[in-house]
Amino acid sequence: MGIVKAIFAHPSGRIGGTIVGLYILIAFLGMAGITPHDPLMQFRVDRLHAPNAAYWMGTDLFGRDVASRLMVGIGQSFVVAFASVALAATAGTVLGLAAAWFGKGWDGLIMRVMDVLLAFPAILLALLIIAVVGPGTWTSVMAIAIVYTPIFTRVVRGPALSLKTRDFVDAARTFGSSRHYILTRHLMLNLVAPLTVQVTLALAWGLLTEAGLSFLGLGTQPPASSLGLMLSDSRNLMETAPWLLVFPGLAIMIGILGFNLLGDALRDILDPKTRRAVA
Amino acid sequence: MKPLLSVSGLHVGFGRDPRANEIVHGVSFDLAAGETLAIVGESGSGKSVTALSINRLVDFGGGRITGGRIDFTRADGTAIDLAGASERELTKIRGGEIGMIFQEPMTSLNPVLTIGEQIEESFRLHRGLTGRQAKAAARDALERVRIPDAARRLKYCPHQLSGGMLQRVMIATALSCNPRLLIADEPTTALDVTVQAQIMALLAELKRETDMGMIFITHDIGLVAGIADKVMVMQAGEAVEQGSLDEILDTPRHPYTKHLLSAVPHFEAGRAARRDYSRPKTPATPALKVEGLTVRFPVTGGLLRRQTGAVHAVDGVDFDLMPGETLGIVGESGSGKSTTARAILGLVQPIRGDFTASSNDPAKPERNAVQMVFQNPYASLNPRLRVDSILAEPVVASGRKVDAEIKQRMEMLLDRVGLPRNALERYPHEFSGGQRQRLCIARALMLNPSVLVLDEAVSALDVSVQAKVLELLVDLQHDFGLAYLFVSHDMAVVERIAHRIAVVYAGQIVEIGDAAAILSDPRHSYTKSLIAAVPSIDRRREHFTLDTRQVPSLVRPLGFEPPPAEWRDIGADHRARLEA
Repeated sequence: MGIVKAIFAHPSGRIGGTIVGLYILIAFLGMAGITPHDPLMQFRVDRLHAPNAAYWMGTDLFGRDVASRLMVGIGQSFVVAFASVALAATAGTVLGLAAAWFGKGWDGLIMRVMDVLLAFPAILLALLIIAVVGPGTWTSVMAIAIVYTPIFTRVVRGPALSLKTRDFVDAARTFGSSRHYILTRHLMLNLVAPLTVQVTLALAWGLLTEAGLSFLGLGTQPPASSLGLMLSDSRNLMETAPWLLVFPGLAIMIGILGFNLLGDALRDILDPKTRRAVA
Repeated sequence: MKPLLSVSGLHVGFGRDPRANEIVHGVSFDLAAGETLAIVGESGSGKSVTALSINRLVDFGGGRITGGRIDFTRADGTAIDLAGASERELTKIRGGEIGMIFQEPMTSLNPVLTIGEQIEESFRLHRGLTGRQAKAAARDALERVRIPDAARRLKYCPHQLSGGMLQRVMIATALSCNPRLLIADEPTTALDVTVQAQIMALLAELKRETDMGMIFITHDIGLVAGIADKVMVMQAGEAVEQGSLDEILDTPRHPYTKHLLSAVPHFEAGRAARRDYSRPKTPATPALKVEGLTVRFPVTGGLLRRQTGAVHAVDGVDFDLMPGETLGIVGESGSGKSTTARAILGLVQPIRGDFTASSNDPAKPERNAVQMVFQNPYASLNPRLRVDSILAEPVVASGRKVDAEIKQRMEMLLDRVGLPRNALERYPHEFSGGQRQRLCIARALMLNPSVLVLDEAVSALDVSVQAKVLELLVDLQHDFGLAYLFVSHDMAVVERIAHRIAVVYAGQIVEIGDAAAILSDPRHSYTKSLIAAVPSIDRRREHFTLDTRQVPSLVRPLGFEPPPAEWRDIGADHRARLEA
């Protein structure tokens, strides 16, 4: 548990770690249905009610509880962000390792395809993919994963290229170690640190991209709840019911801040060049 | 007379609290004009920090001078305390009055500028020369360091010159403004032994020509014997002994100086060669037999990247290695000695040649019979694996399960190489360089090989650690009946471990045979120059002569085959290649 201790010893890691921990707890509660009210229940009499003791963050146009919907929304956004980053990290690692290991033609082919994907702005590429496949939760997971795969490929390929020429890899070859053993024990194990940092930062982008897609109506579909969708619903009622805008907006902002702070802290902790400064 | 430089009570520390993290604890010495002081010590002794404090380059590495004075007499006769000088004054003194040469000539020069531009810069900054004048001065500077064909070399970029040539360029740059003090920080450590001899000869000649003071930092006490007037021995940030060269070498008083002089292998022209083995008279099965090993790397050129030639890295190497015997392979960088070792391990593909290894135990698969220990103990262990996983790797690779028997072997080998058993649960970074190399040796022995290839296995270690690892290797050889293929550039080390020696030059063996015979009576001209270049305390009164011969290019046209070697037998086990 050294890493957790190190995160909480780091000034921005402490804040980021707390925020992310809190969000994960909220997401679990939201997904498990442990919310103040049923997020889909419409309390007709209390439509557009300002925050009070019963409705902590007020109610929306249909009289649904904003706090409950926010919890479910965070859960939904986290599922999409985690699933898409997990896919992107896996695909990126496999492609990056393949490019570094096989080199030559494979390296050229894989990296040029990644360059093409990177040439598009993230949200535009995601829009394009959804426009082709059609909107939905799993489409946005796929779209976000494809958008972030090139970043992981690059993060893996660079260090893998240099690890491949290290003496301990040569030593492994002299023992006759299998390719699988060298790739997993000698390359992957040394890539854990840069990948962890990248995953944390990618989660922040994933969260934002998901919110963007849902805001545009291409992500999570109503009546399910998601942070982007809640923002989108609030935009005509900004003046009469500002709480509809403020809470989901803050939730997105603080969440991204949390992941970024945690990512920065992990980068400091796991990078041997700055490790001494932290300890 | 006032000394050129007088350092008294120098304290240097690092980090946020320089007093708590003190590296140099009160060093004092004097240096007169025209004198050479050698600072000798092992890594971490504070010798470089002391020297870098004099021109205050230590400030840029996070160091602070926390006490003491550095009095330097400037060209105009005024004295200045460099410990308290301002950065503006220091900029004028650095380069102008105190020159510096670093260890790595390859990284000390800017790769995208020609060497001419880099030397001219120094003339522009400190002497205000411009245009043609600066160019002429740069050419003179190169001629002064005996670079042949200086006018043409000015237009070369650093990658077009060899390490020795680059170090000469660095010396030319450092000397460009006639500094009154030259600081040389291990200037020859990265260079081959014959090139090292040339650089040392050059420095000695320059010292005679000018009235320059010189501080020479080195870990090799034998190297300074030919050049130093005074020696200061440093250990753990303190000057444990100082005195004139002869005093230190002939009557050392401090135990550490004695240790440096005795524990460190010094070259003794074959007298220190091992005598614990002799080749069997009757033909026996060699542990490793190499025949006609040839490794070539293609050279491509032109638009279509067609192969235009090949680098003949290893050209028809034959030798055999008996069980319990050590064959030392010596040669300079680029001679193909490491490529030979790597080809035997299958790390590079030979285009031709056979090698057969026979193992101690006939039931064992043949491919595990040869194992290797690499040069850099820091790079050859995966930092993320625990020692037990590291030792288990060869076992896993050979397709066996890690069971109680293997665990037992791990513990036995750790005991044998002198590491504690609890090392199994630790990570490589918790060990020192020497301990890591012991781990590498233990790992190589996991599969009970019959041949161990040691590629510069002790070159990255400190001198006294080197001696201990060599002792360990000799013990292991007796216990396990190992055959060693010991690749090294260091003649003194090879003399201590090898029974037989093969001298490799330009990809070919030029002389092979009994170690004592070759080292005491070299016959091939290359072997002779290699041995003559080894610095030695015994020969400190001899003068080095300058030799500007360059190693021939190994790039040959397509389809070139070297003529078959003709050999001359000199002794029972000593033969040399005939020279054209």
